[in-house]
Amino acid sequence: MNKSVARALIPLGIFLVLAALLFYGLQLDPRKVPSPLVGKPAPEFQLESLKEPGQMLDRSVLLGKVSLVNVWASWCPSCRQEHGELMRIARQSGVQIIGYNWKDSREAGLLMLRQYGDPYSLSLFDPDNRAGIDWGIYGAPETFVVDAEGIIRHKHIGPVTPEVWERDLRPLVERYQSGS
Amino acid sequence: MRHLLQKSLHIKTCGLALAALLAMGNAEAYTLEEFSFEDPARFDEFHDLIGELRCLVCQNESLAASQAEVAQDLREEIYRLMQEGRSRDEVVDFLVSRYGDFVLYDPPLKASTLLLWFGPFLFVAAGGFVLFRTLQRRQAEPETELNEAERARLQQLLAGQGAPRESSDS
Repeated sequence: MNKSVARALIPLGIFLVLAALLFYGLQLDPRKVPSPLVGKPAPEFQLESLKEPGQMLDRSVLLGKVSLVNVWASWCPSCRQEHGELMRIARQSGVQIIGYNWKDSREAGLLMLRQYGDPYSLSLFDPDNRAGIDWGIYGAPETFVVDAEGIIRHKHIGPVTPEVWERDLRPLVERYQSGS
Repeated sequence: MRHLLQKSLHIKTCGLALAALLAMGNAEAYTLEEFSFEDPARFDEFHDLIGELRCLVCQNESLAASQAEVAQDLREEIYRLMQEGRSRDEVVDFLVSRYGDFVLYDPPLKASTLLLWFGPFLFVAAGGFVLFRTLQRRQAEPETELNEAERARLQQLLAGQGAPRESSDS
């Protein structure tokens, strides 16, 4: 190729590289902020049970088996959207799902579980974000994978869909289930 | 319903914050009233701190500016920590260990942020190099000599006679 033609193509090349980078950037969701808690022990907490008023639950509920900790609230439409998938996961995979009811009222939370079913083996109740800050929660829904030693292995932000379960959560759950 | 919208739709929350800001001119003063310190220096420190920390819900707002509920929770938490006598660095570490570097508007210098910090200098250096090379080449290029035909044409033009096609142009 002629040298000057090659030189004239340089700006086009730079443009294409930039366009590719920007296009890639469009696919990223800025809401998905990586959690620094992944790989660290789940924080200590003292939270009331949603279903049994007065009963206090702490970090020990996470120990002994792999769990999904699902942050939800009745005011959150995406939580309703993922609810059916959580029901299916609870029924079919048998993994322990711990509900983390966040910034909600007990009546509204319990009503949602009565209406749409209850996938949670137990439910933590944090109406005023007391423990939520320690968990780094900043929206609902969020779902943590916690291994049998109580170490956070993954955080998913946004609703759990069948794809998310198959691609991100299930392989991790199975890996840590077989490891313990 | 309003409750629900405010909490669930982050974009709406940001919109509400903007509306509130427009409506009352200074939304920040409104939220700051509830945070009182005996020491005015500590209040200034608190004020600076929430201005430098980013709200994770309305991502382009600081904790000071955001009307999102999570931002209010965090303002209260920071206030509580400062009332306990924790230093500025301790408060920042507290938040970074839970929410990550993302809460900082001023990202720390470390291996993963090297490109962020020094990328612009790389671009300036690359641009400078190209400019330097271009100027150098231009200087090195010899003046091209006119051949006989061009010289004759030049004389013709200077003499004001012009080429025959020139008259047809006008």
